[in-house]
Parts: sequence; C-alpha cells; structure tokens
Amino acid sequence: MIKTTLAGGAIAAALAVTAPFAASAQEFTPDQPECIAPAAAGGGWDFTCRQVARIMRETDLIDGSMRVQNLSGGGGGVAYAEVVNKRNDENDLIVAASTATATRLAQGAYPGNTMDQVRWLGTIGADYGVIGVRPDSEIEDLPGLMSALEEDPRSISIGGGSASGGWDHLKVLIAAQEAGIEDLRAIKYVAFAGGGEAISQLLAGSLQAYSGDLSEAMGFVESGDLRVLAVLAPERLEGDFSEFPTAAEQGLDVVGANWRGFYGPGEMSDEAYDWWVGQLDTMYASEEWKAVMEQNGLADLDLHGDEFNEFVAESVSDIEEISREIGLVQ
Amino acid sequence: MDTFASLYEGFAVALTWQNLLLALLGCFLGTMMGALPGLGPANGVAILIPLAFTFGLSAIAALILLTSVYYGAMYGGRISSILLNIPGDEPAMMTCLDGYPMAQAGRAGEALALSGVASFVGAFFATWGLVFLAPLLVQIALLFGPGEYFVLYTLAFATLGGIAATNQAKSAFAAALGIGIAMIGVDTQTGVQRFTFGEVHLYDGIDFLIAIVGLFALSEVFVFLEHRGSREQGKDEAKMKIGRVTPSLSVLRYCTPAMIRSTVLGFISGVLPGAGASLGSFLAYSVEKQVSDPRSETFGKGDPRGVAAPEAGNNAASGGALVPMLALGVPGSGTTAVLLAVLLTLNIQPGPLLFQNNPDVVWGLIAALFIGNFMLLALNIPMVGLFTRVLLVPTHILMPIVAMIAFIGIYSITGSTFELTMMVLFGALGWILRKLDVPLVPIILGILLGNEMEVNLRRAMTISNGEWTTLFDSWLAIILWTIAIVGFVLPIFLGKRVKRKMKEAEEEGPLSD
Repeated sequence: MIKTTLAGGAIAAALAVTAPFAASAQEFTPDQPECIAPAAAGGGWDFTCRQVARIMRETDLIDGSMRVQNLSGGGGGVAYAEVVNKRNDENDLIVAASTATATRLAQGAYPGNTMDQVRWLGTIGADYGVIGVRPDSEIEDLPGLMSALEEDPRSISIGGGSASGGWDHLKVLIAAQEAGIEDLRAIKYVAFAGGGEAISQLLAGSLQAYSGDLSEAMGFVESGDLRVLAVLAPERLEGDFSEFPTAAEQGLDVVGANWRGFYGPGEMSDEAYDWWVGQLDTMYASEEWKAVMEQNGLADLDLHGDEFNEFVAESVSDIEEISREIGLVQ
Repeated sequence: MDTFASLYEGFAVALTWQNLLLALLGCFLGTMMGALPGLGPANGVAILIPLAFTFGLSAIAALILLTSVYYGAMYGGRISSILLNIPGDEPAMMTCLDGYPMAQAGRAGEALALSGVASFVGAFFATWGLVFLAPLLVQIALLFGPGEYFVLYTLAFATLGGIAATNQAKSAFAAALGIGIAMIGVDTQTGVQRFTFGEVHLYDGIDFLIAIVGLFALSEVFVFLEHRGSREQGKDEAKMKIGRVTPSLSVLRYCTPAMIRSTVLGFISGVLPGAGASLGSFLAYSVEKQVSDPRSETFGKGDPRGVAAPEAGNNAASGGALVPMLALGVPGSGTTAVLLAVLLTLNIQPGPLLFQNNPDVVWGLIAALFIGNFMLLALNIPMVGLFTRVLLVPTHILMPIVAMIAFIGIYSITGSTFELTMMVLFGALGWILRKLDVPLVPIILGILLGNEMEVNLRRAMTISNGEWTTLFDSWLAIILWTIAIVGFVLPIFLGKRVKRKMKEAEEEGPLSD
C-alpha cells in the first residue's frame, strides 16, 4: 500500500511540474482570468465586466470563472494608472472601458497616461447617441435645432447625463461643428447626474433639448415624453429603433457611439492578446451575447484587435480637437 | 385605488422567502444595534451596508434589509434608555425621562412593552402616511426646476440647525464642513478639478459611504478606546428585574391619546427635510407634557404617557423621513441620508422618477416596512428579555467587530487602500468633533446635499443666463423660501425655551456622551 501511494505521489508531482510547460507550449490560456471594473458596483463598467464574465463562463470560453474586481476612482484613472504602473506585463487581466475612457484620455484627465500605454482588445457593443426634444416642441428636426442654436444660443439649454465636456456634451458640439456653428462655447449645456434627471427637467420645462444615449432615452420615448430628433448612428437601427432618423439622413454627418469594450496591459504577450481578442470575437457572435445586447439596448459595434486600436486612436484625437476648441484642454 | 394596486404588487415582491428572511434578519440586527448605546440607526445601517454588497443582494433585497435595520434600531433604542438610562440612540433620549423611573419602580417590563406598542403605532401609521403622501409629493416634485431644488436644499440646511440641535452655531459649522468636503472632485458643470491636488483618487470626490462609516462607526471605536474600561458600569444594572412584559389594557387605553398626538407630530417632523426623529421624539414628549401634565406632576417620575409619546413620535418620524427621501431624493434625517447613499450606490436615483422607474423597489420596500413592523412588534414584546441580554455583550468584543466590518466593507466596495486611509481620517475627525460637541449629522447632510445644492444653483443660472430672479419666480419657490426663513428664524426665538427644557432633561437624567 505504502509503495503504491508513494509511486502515485511521484507521478502526480511529475505531472504537476510538466503540466505548465505543456500548456504554454501549445497555446495561451489564462490561469486566473480577472476583469477590472474601474468603478463601483452597479455602473456601466461593472455591467461590462460582469456580463462578459457570465457569458464567457456559460459559453465555456473561459475555464472556471473570471474574477471581477471593482477598482473605482478618478473616473477610471485609478485603474488605468494601476495597470500601467503595477500590472503592465500581466496576461490574465482585462479592464472594462468605454467612450468615457477615451474622452478622459483625450482631455488629459488621467494624469501622465496616454492611450498607447495599454493594448486595446475590442468592443462588445455600443449605445448610440440621441438628441431629442419635448413632444410639443416647435423644433422639428436636427437642422432645425442647429439653426435655432446659431440664431440665439442663449434661448436654448441642452441637458444631458454627463459632466460638462463629457460625452453627452461632446455629441451636441460635434453636431454643431458639423452644422457650421462657429462659437461652440456659446452653446449652453447643463450637466445632470443622469439621463433620467435631464429628461425630467426637459418635461418640467427647464430645458429645450436633451442629449443622451438611446438605451436611457428609450423608456421616455415609449411613454411619449420625448421626441427623437436624430440618432447618431451610421445608418438606421433595427427593430423598434428603425423609426428614428439618423443625423446623416438630415445632412449632418455625425456618428456618436458610446462604445463599451476592454483594454489589456501594455506588455501583454502577443499570444495572450490574440487569445483575448479571439475570445471576445467569439463571444460577440454568440446567441447568448445577442440576448444580453437586446435586453440592455446595446447596438451593433463589432471592432476587434488592430481595427479597434485605430478606432480608439481616431476618437481620442477627435475629442481632443473639440475639447481644445471649447477650452477644456489647453 | 391605484395606490392599493401598487401596494398589492409591492407585497408580492416583499413576500418571497429571501426577502422575508432578510426583513427578519434586519429587524433583529437593527433592534440589537438600537439597543446598544452609541450604535444608533445611522451607524447600524452604515455598518451593514458593506454586508449587503458582499452578499451580492439585489437592489430591492438590500433595501429591505437596510430599512428593516433602520426600523429595528428605532425600536431598539428604547431598551437601554429604559433599563440603563443611557439612550441607545439619539432619538431615544426622551424615553429615558420616564422610562428609567418606571424601571426603577420595578415596572421595566411594562415600560418596555408599552414603548414597543407605541413604537408600533407610530411606525405603522407613519407607513400608511408614506403610502398616501409619497405619490402625492411626487406630483408636486414635477414642479421642481433647478431653481426650486436649490431653494429646497437651502430649506433643508436652514431647518437643520433648528430645534433639535443644542447649539445652532455648531451645527452650522458642521454643515459648512460637509459642504466643503462635497466640493472636492471634478466639477460637473465645467469639468474643472477642485481640491484634488492632482490626486487621482479624489477626482470623483469623496464617497459618502467612506465619510459615513468613518464618522459614525470608526469614531465610535475611537471613543471606546479612549474610555476603555470606564464604560462597564452599566452591566450590573442590566440584570435588574424586568417585571411583567405585557402592558395592561388600562395602561394602553390611558396612553392612546398620547400615542395618536405623537404619531401625527412625529410624522410631520419626519417629513420635513433635515428635522428627523430626534425632533419628532422631542416635540412629541414636550407637547404631550404640555397637554397632559402642564404642572409637571407625573412626567419625569415614571408616567407611562411619557414613555409612549416619544416612542410613537420617533418611530412615526422614521417613517415620515422616508417620504422626502424616496419622493424627492432629499433625506429627512441622518439615517435616511445614509439610506439615500445606499440607493445611489445601487444605481437607483431617488426622486420624482423613482416611482415611475422603479415601482417594484418602492412598493416592495413599503410592503416590507409593513411586514417588518409586525415582525418588530412580535420580536419586541415576547422576546424583549433576549434583547436586554445584548446589553451584556462587552464593548471590548463588540468594538473590534465594528472596526473589522468597517474595514472589510469599505475595501470590498472600493478595492483601494487610499479609501481606507480616508476612512480612518474621517474616524479621527469624527472623534475630534464629538469631543467638541459638534453634531455629525449636518456633516453627512452637507456631503450629501452640498453638491446638489450648488449644482442646481448653477444649472438655474445657466438656464436663466445669470438672472438671479429665477430663484423667486414661481409660487413654489416663494413658499419654500418662506418655510426656510421661518424654519431658520423661529428656533432663535423658541430656542431659549427649548434649550432650557433640554437642560432640565439632562439634569434629570445624566446622559453618556
């Protein structure tokens, strides 16, 4: 008995030693996959991590489960600095990101950090921008709003759920710039803590227009409290959303997508990078993920690997330019 | 009828096994925390917030747990008031005045039972008030533009220093301190950083949970460390005879008018932003004394009405305080300020849209309050002996647990040691402020409401292109200004009278801390 046990132990030990080598020789798989949500539980980034972790586990794209860690602070800046400074060469780690991440990088709100310090993995969908008014408003379409803004910017207050210089503000400015309005700083944007609050002030008559994301506006459109002037999508959306005109249809070539996605550490190995990009790609195509998107009002935006990297670089430089124009960045 | 239909659906939400168990757990823990001197409802809820997150509870489940703790603590506060003459929490202070004399006369059990019933009456009818008033207030709330909101917050701060505080200057200082702390972080209206000193952790401002847990829970630990060993004197007294634990019908009948009057008064003071349960119990007691015993013959010497009135008052106030918190997003008391923070953390925006967007949360919560009330009545009358035993838990065991929960909780929410340091600093600040007799609740209100007050003023200014008159141009704004001014000025005249009474109260029964 004792002999066999010893022998068994020896074999197990030998296996334990050789196993890691065997794995790395074949293909990368993370030992302890981890997703950092750079905000407290309950927000958009937390949603991104938790939903992706759940679907990846259910579709067996990950062995076991992915740990979700909330690392809040600095609008994502704390997590960004942590990854760049302390966990720069980890292969098992991904971090939730969104347009807000790109916006803050562009505006220098992550001190000392730039977008090329991490590796951009891919998107998991997007929430397209919406510009709307009260149902009884005299403004009929997006060009109508723009010409009213050009004539007398003091008479129109636009509210949204992000801070000044944040994404809801920038969408209006990008549209205004496209419409040829020169004095962007004269446009009155009023920041609220969330889209719902902004819409209730639109209803109360304090605001004349609203800028936000489709997912948060949808409920108010259904209840008849909000009329959509334009969706900032490249083309008409599907299903219930198809009734909304795009900005491009109305002669203003503006696309505003609040994307959700991930980045990984800057020194992540190429094998690991390819593995994560591949897994995200496979997950995106799955039925399970389609259901999540539908449930949460996420529209199609499927960018992975290099394509995504380019996309982020482009949007960072766009946002930087417009932020400089309104004086948010020197 | 809509109200009843919604309430019915609320019961459907609340009557699941998980939620019922959570309500029972919350009621039990709350009663214990209320009973422990120093650990009031605000601390109790603050301490349990992290637990709710650690369990991964859904929004409604977390709310049911925490509001049960809240109601439970309001019930429990009276236990140590009656048995030890040490109020379990601030609102239970008035219960000492007649409860302890009753206990000394060997009627402790009767006082406990009677105050249990009074608590039930107050909380039960206040919950009905919540059912009918909250949807009404929501309709009014849609009249609120940024200007009106600004005036509303001004009102909250103006009435805050009012009657309940012993020193208006100190509570004004505390409120200013809170507002100052609220200014830290990126200014949402311009995107400019304020008081962040380039520290990335401060960009989002200071999380109120960190401030709350630090100021209330940790400072309690520090106070304990300071008084190590000297707080044990209450132990022997707790072993006193409890006596019969069912109130006689005649006593109940004797106290019924007092309970009714106090419930109404308590509910109204609860609904007023910033006033809260302490005010409710104080008003209830002093009015009851004026009405029933104008010549001070029995009150203060063990009159059962003096036990029933403040308990009905403070429990009614705790229900009333939920009205503005849920319907307007403006907390009516320190504990509802903590609950507001919980809602925000759960990504639920209280306010006019809450009833529209999260009806299941609101009505489930209200139904849970009804259920919790009956549970508490059941827990508090036959099982009161059990809770009295909680008072025997030595603080040197209790306090390390409080500290542990605080640290684990905050770390599990933020995942960063910076916040732990902040929490300890807030704990030290809370300890210093307690030494200086500066009330802590206005600080929390300042942190919670300061930002909103500023932001709404600036929104109003942006929209009106800088016209100050926008703050006065609706009848609602004018009414709110009037209440704010009266609420600020009146206590200055009434103050002397009230303060004299408070002094009497303190002389009659010396209070710890």
